Amino acid sequence: MTAVTHRPLGGKVVTKPFLILGLFLLIAAYFILRRFLFGMGDVSHMSNGYPIGTWVVLDVVIGTAFGCGGFAMALLVYIFNRNVYHPLMRPALLGGVFGYTLAGLAVMIDLGRYWNAFNLLLPWYAQPNSVILEVGLCVMAYITVLWLEFWPAFLERMPGRFKQRYGLDKLQAFLKKYMYVLIAIGVLLPTMHQSSLGSVLLIMGSKLSPLWYTIWLPLLFLISALAMGYGVVMLEATLVNRAFKTPSEARLFARLARVVAGLLAGYLLLRWGDLAYRGYLGLAFAGDWDGNLFLIETALFLVPLFVLVSHRRTRQRWQFLAAVSLLAGGSLYRLNAYLMAVRPGNGWTYFPSAPELMITIGVICLEIMLYLLFIKTLPVLHGAHQAQP
Amino acid sequence: MGINRRQFLRGAVGAAATAAAAPIADAVPFDRREPKTLPPKAVGMLYDSTQCIGCKACVAACKEANGMPVEQPQRLADWNEGTWDTAEDISGKTLNVIRVYQNGAMTQKDREVDGYAFVKRHCLHCVDPSCISVCPVSAMRKDPVTGIVTHNPDACIGCRYCVYGCPFNVPQYQFDQPFGRIAKCQFCNHLQKQGKLPACCDVCPTGASLFGLVEDLQKEAERRMALKPGELYEFPRGKLGGDRSGQVAPVGEYQPHIYGETESGGTQVRYLTGVPHEKLGLPKLPDHSFAAVSEGMQHTLYKGMIAPLALLGGLVVLARRNVKSDEERHKDDEERPS
Repeated sequence: MTAVTHRPLGGKVVTKPFLILGLFLLIAAYFILRRFLFGMGDVSHMSNGYPIGTWVVLDVVIGTAFGCGGFAMALLVYIFNRNVYHPLMRPALLGGVFGYTLAGLAVMIDLGRYWNAFNLLLPWYAQPNSVILEVGLCVMAYITVLWLEFWPAFLERMPGRFKQRYGLDKLQAFLKKYMYVLIAIGVLLPTMHQSSLGSVLLIMGSKLSPLWYTIWLPLLFLISALAMGYGVVMLEATLVNRAFKTPSEARLFARLARVVAGLLAGYLLLRWGDLAYRGYLGLAFAGDWDGNLFLIETALFLVPLFVLVSHRRTRQRWQFLAAVSLLAGGSLYRLNAYLMAVRPGNGWTYFPSAPELMITIGVICLEIMLYLLFIKTLPVLHGAHQAQP
Repeated sequence: MGINRRQFLRGAVGAAATAAAAPIADAVPFDRREPKTLPPKAVGMLYDSTQCIGCKACVAACKEANGMPVEQPQRLADWNEGTWDTAEDISGKTLNVIRVYQNGAMTQKDREVDGYAFVKRHCLHCVDPSCISVCPVSAMRKDPVTGIVTHNPDACIGCRYCVYGCPFNVPQYQFDQPFGRIAKCQFCNHLQKQGKLPACCDVCPTGASLFGLVEDLQKEAERRMALKPGELYEFPRGKLGGDRSGQVAPVGEYQPHIYGETESGGTQVRYLTGVPHEKLGLPKLPDHSFAAVSEGMQHTLYKGMIAPLALLGGLVVLARRNVKSDEERHKDDEERPS
């Protein structure tokens, strides 16, 4: 067995794709400026029927699920002691760092009274029954934990003399010694807030279609977050592998496939079983908007399930397809539950405006840019074999 | 009240973890939070749609009393120097509005077919409000005595979950403002503190909007329902039991249910209507608040923080062991001559 070593990928940071992403970021910055100068209505189609739009649903509810790679891998590597997956740990963690940090950024754009945001941390304002408060505090804590977990990557990169001079070597030793505490908290917090993202919807009651409104929302959100976490790790590793010709992790993923397939099967059983138990199966086959969305969701979850239990799971191309389908299914589930299956009544409709979407896209572009910057300059990727130049 | 219909699995710590394996014997494997009860001196309003003449005096009075701006579509902005208020629904600029139901030839008031009817839209001041349950920073509060649901903009962070979660779509965020706030009827709390009536009830010429103690209003509503439709009755105006003279008018043909008595765990505003409630935009709701479902779930999972702490303990132990064993393996690798 070889030790896991991480190496910066090296290479030019400012490449053509990087500049294109930067362009999108600039466009988003313009609209963000407008949002703060003229109000949210100037750039977004959110209304008092649909007060939650793409900024929250795409960047936070779906974005943090994409950021669950670190959570899902930590659970596997450190809690279930499947050490073979260790090479995937740090890139997954980095995905989490940006997924969550930029979800935080999106929230600050979305908060209607952002200058009061600090009230979330003031105990005398706290409203302990609020699911949103729990999500907010939990996510803030988790962002901190993610950066701390990632700190060793910075510290390894710093020259030894610099570290000694500022006492950073002691910090490095301290972090190393107590990393297991951070890891444990880093598994607990997403378990809490990802399930709570489901609990948030329990207040919706009659405004949400029974196809999505169930008391199992928290568990369904938790399972789908984990599954999406593994999906994102597969996707990320395949893309990085193809783009930078690093060693393939396909064999590792073939092993991971069983775990993911189990999660997906559990999710689908719970979803359909609960629906049948409550007597709403007819709604799924009603042939209307809600029913069809529900069936598409199920189909998108079934594709990865079948790929991952078949012999195809060892092939990178099929793994990639499975990961994409899984992420699409998980994203659609969240999008439906938060937006597309919500019926506020009174004739309200919602479709995001172009500027609103540009802000969402800009945030995602920033995420990818930072990810590229970090894997090129910091020891993130697994380098047991030297990456080809 | 207070009967736990779903007792089984009570106190099961970490229900979400175990429930997947447990047989689904009941749709709700946890208790809903106990329903909230009406505060001792709960004030409210009885809105009698059959007595409303649609004059919108209450809309104008509400704007004036609460300093809310005129609302109108862009094309009417210049008309009569922009003074004509034409709000179609409650919004960031309008806390109270009269809407009209129209059907077919609209020949008779308070009739479902070929008729029309008025309905008033504003906060219903729920007994068990969703907005309070979702608000992370206690910006929404319910007065422990009067039961009025108030909003504190200095606490509010503008997350808009009150807008999202309210079953009646009442709180309205001002999307057109750079520093928007949540607009919502606070039952003229500021006027009530001076001993005055809420503006809408104060100006209502027919007593369609009637202020009073919720318990008295409920009795008044039941009294009207017991009368024969068309019979003359002296409808109190302003405040129930106040010194104002009433308005004598024929009793309406009421729907058999007083809206707000049970909806969403009960509200402090009650409606009597001639047209079915759903037609007037008053949604069908269960007799419990969804806040009780949501809080029941949270209180089960996070009871005394026992489940999360136990989970954390387990995680720390496992992570410590596995990180250690991982390090030892690495040490072996490093010590091995290469």
